[in-house]
Amino acid sequence: MIDKEFDAVVVGAGPGGSVAARVLAENGVKTLVVDKRQEIGAPKRCAEGINIASLARVGVGPDPAWALRKIHGAILYTPAGKPFKVDLGRTSGYVLERKIFEKHLARDAIRKGARYMVKTHATGVVMEDGKVCGIRAVHMGEEFTVRCKLVIAADGVDSKIARSAGLDTSNPLTDYHSGFQYEMAGLKLSDSEVLHIYFGEEVAPKGYIWIFPKDYDVANVGIGILGRLSGPGHRAREYLDRFIANHPDIFSGASPIEINTGGIPVGSAIDCLVADGLMVVGDAAHQVNPIHGGGIALAMNAARIAAEVGAKALSEGNVSKERLYEYEKIWREGDGVKLDKLLKFRFFMEKLDDGNLETLADILESEDVIRLTGGEYRFLVKRFIKKAPKILPLAKKFLT
Amino acid sequence: MDDKVVVDRMKCCYCGGCVGVCPKDALELQEVAIYVDSGRCVKCGACVKFCPVDALSIVK
Repeated sequence: MIDKEFDAVVVGAGPGGSVAARVLAENGVKTLVVDKRQEIGAPKRCAEGINIASLARVGVGPDPAWALRKIHGAILYTPAGKPFKVDLGRTSGYVLERKIFEKHLARDAIRKGARYMVKTHATGVVMEDGKVCGIRAVHMGEEFTVRCKLVIAADGVDSKIARSAGLDTSNPLTDYHSGFQYEMAGLKLSDSEVLHIYFGEEVAPKGYIWIFPKDYDVANVGIGILGRLSGPGHRAREYLDRFIANHPDIFSGASPIEINTGGIPVGSAIDCLVADGLMVVGDAAHQVNPIHGGGIALAMNAARIAAEVGAKALSEGNVSKERLYEYEKIWREGDGVKLDKLLKFRFFMEKLDDGNLETLADILESEDVIRLTGGEYRFLVKRFIKKAPKILPLAKKFLT
Repeated sequence: MDDKVVVDRMKCCYCGGCVGVCPKDALELQEVAIYVDSGRCVKCGACVKFCPVDALSIVK
């Protein structure tokens, strides 16, 4: 049986948890990772896209075992169906096989000395004098306690660990997408080396439908809609099924090989990422891109920062909230700045009607979209003054 | 007062998305089960509204 005392415990073996574990172990920290799933990587709750730079940032090289499909662009479809091509250029990426990707990240952490337990459900933190000093967990029906100095909560949207330590990680329906996805085979794709993104109030209210190719005829076909607009008769699944029925050119010979669902935080990070002896990373901390809902890259980078700070804090014998705040500070001054900008841009986008989206497609260039997804949108106001005065008041309200 | 949130286990895909939207920390995803803590649940319906596959409902 595994030791019941560690320097650090990471809850959740997704990309964030395993990067945190690897970095902690590399720094000589005795680390345990627990995950409630019996198989790391499954079930996925993810469209599996990532850009190359985000992998490099956390020291992960693309491996053909999981980097299934190189992606060099995207085609955005307006509500009227007009394609808008985006050349991703330097920001190109991959569609992953996440089941293998997550296992490889875990393997890398284990090779550095981390220990893992699967089918191990962390039910809450152990606290003494208001400080986190361990977790309670259940493994195959057996309850146990692990004592440690530092806990990293990387336990996803359904995080219980941060909540049990008093941090509020719940998502309001106005900042949360309801997601549904089929992985499908037998598709007829016009281009299987680009991402296909469909917009429109009838397609996906305040969200979008995506087709992320994993092979020439296999892809993740999914949808996210704003939680507030989900409800009986108009749920994510129903919108996606209607889209599939309306596009026989793509789907007539296709069938699902997997169903995935999930909640997607799109409201930028929670107010506080640390407590005494605790750091929160990834979906649990709402570290997700508010525009496209992607979270793998952000989770891994936050995890890397948290683990580097955590290792230093442990070696100094000080894991107070004040000491761990260094993680929060570095994160907020880096990815956090971009996320806050993208949140404003999301609020702007949510106000646009289908007609406005057609106008946008007419007046934007491919490079503009790259800039916008990077949180750079000040140029838009100038563009609207000249070419789309109707949208100008909205832009002034949300983007200046 | 006896209303409660129930999970249709044949529809539920066990993604835990409903847990993330619960303001009262009344839901919990175990590996293939969603547990509802009736003591904490205030029947606000956020999870019911959110569910992508219509697996949750409030019953009398």
